[in-house]
Amino acid sequence: MTVSPRLGMAPTAQRIEVTLETLLDSVDLAENIVMRVAEASGFDEDDVHKIGMAVREGVINAYNYGNQHDRRKKIHLTIELEPQRMIVHVVDQGRGFVLTEVPDPLAEENLLRTSGRGLFLMRAFMDELSVRPAAAGGAELIMAKKLPQTVSDNGRRQPE
Amino acid sequence: MALQGTCREVGEVAVVDFSGKITLGEGSAALRKTVRDLIDRGHRKILLNLADVDYIDSSGIGELVSAYTAVRTVSGEMKLLQLTRRVHDILQITRLFTVFDVQSDEDTAVRSFR
Repeated sequence: MTVSPRLGMAPTAQRIEVTLETLLDSVDLAENIVMRVAEASGFDEDDVHKIGMAVREGVINAYNYGNQHDRRKKIHLTIELEPQRMIVHVVDQGRGFVLTEVPDPLAEENLLRTSGRGLFLMRAFMDELSVRPAAAGGAELIMAKKLPQTVSDNGRRQPE
Repeated sequence: MALQGTCREVGEVAVVDFSGKITLGEGSAALRKTVRDLIDRGHRKILLNLADVDYIDSSGIGELVSAYTAVRTVSGEMKLLQLTRRVHDILQITRLFTVFDVQSDEDTAVRSFR
């Protein structure tokens, strides 16, 4: 794992970049990192859990479907803290996919499928979810959740 | 915590008390093995007690569905008992409450098997 925090890019923005190996352990690692950031950002216990789980599902997606367990490939996790929201990017090195082409797991005919619920859970637990082709190929999942409090220019949290 | 499962029999019903997380990797594999072993030993009435399972991810959900299907394939029944709030919420938003028979009381659950 490689971590490169870049603080102070914008007056109140913070950015953490982590390069993860394509390993099962990376799923737990990514979840733990994001939960710690979310907790420090003022999210309550339920939201910390939801953000952690959404990112977990994103990294599972990268591990299973994007990189297809290929240990030569990497998973890039980026956490951005903006004044109003937390944004998480999960980038794999697979072939990419189109969000609208993913089957609806709530459709009657898909209820007994044993996979295909990860993207649904990400969308359910975050405020925004999108997918775009990554710059170097693969898929970039982008998910965001509104911060519970606003952050002032001096970095201190203030109630909304 | 990795998933632990303890099996006991209440009449004809095999009750499995699980504790830990049902997640990608060991948790999902433990659930799969436990249910497959029960089927192989001839059990057709299986009750999964999830009272001490506080976390399930999409892989774990898939494994529950797979276990349910495997039991149904041998003309058996699988039910769930005592969901924690988070597992309950996940099954609710994924519409799996419409698939699984979820019970809150063990005696009632045991009697509900045909």
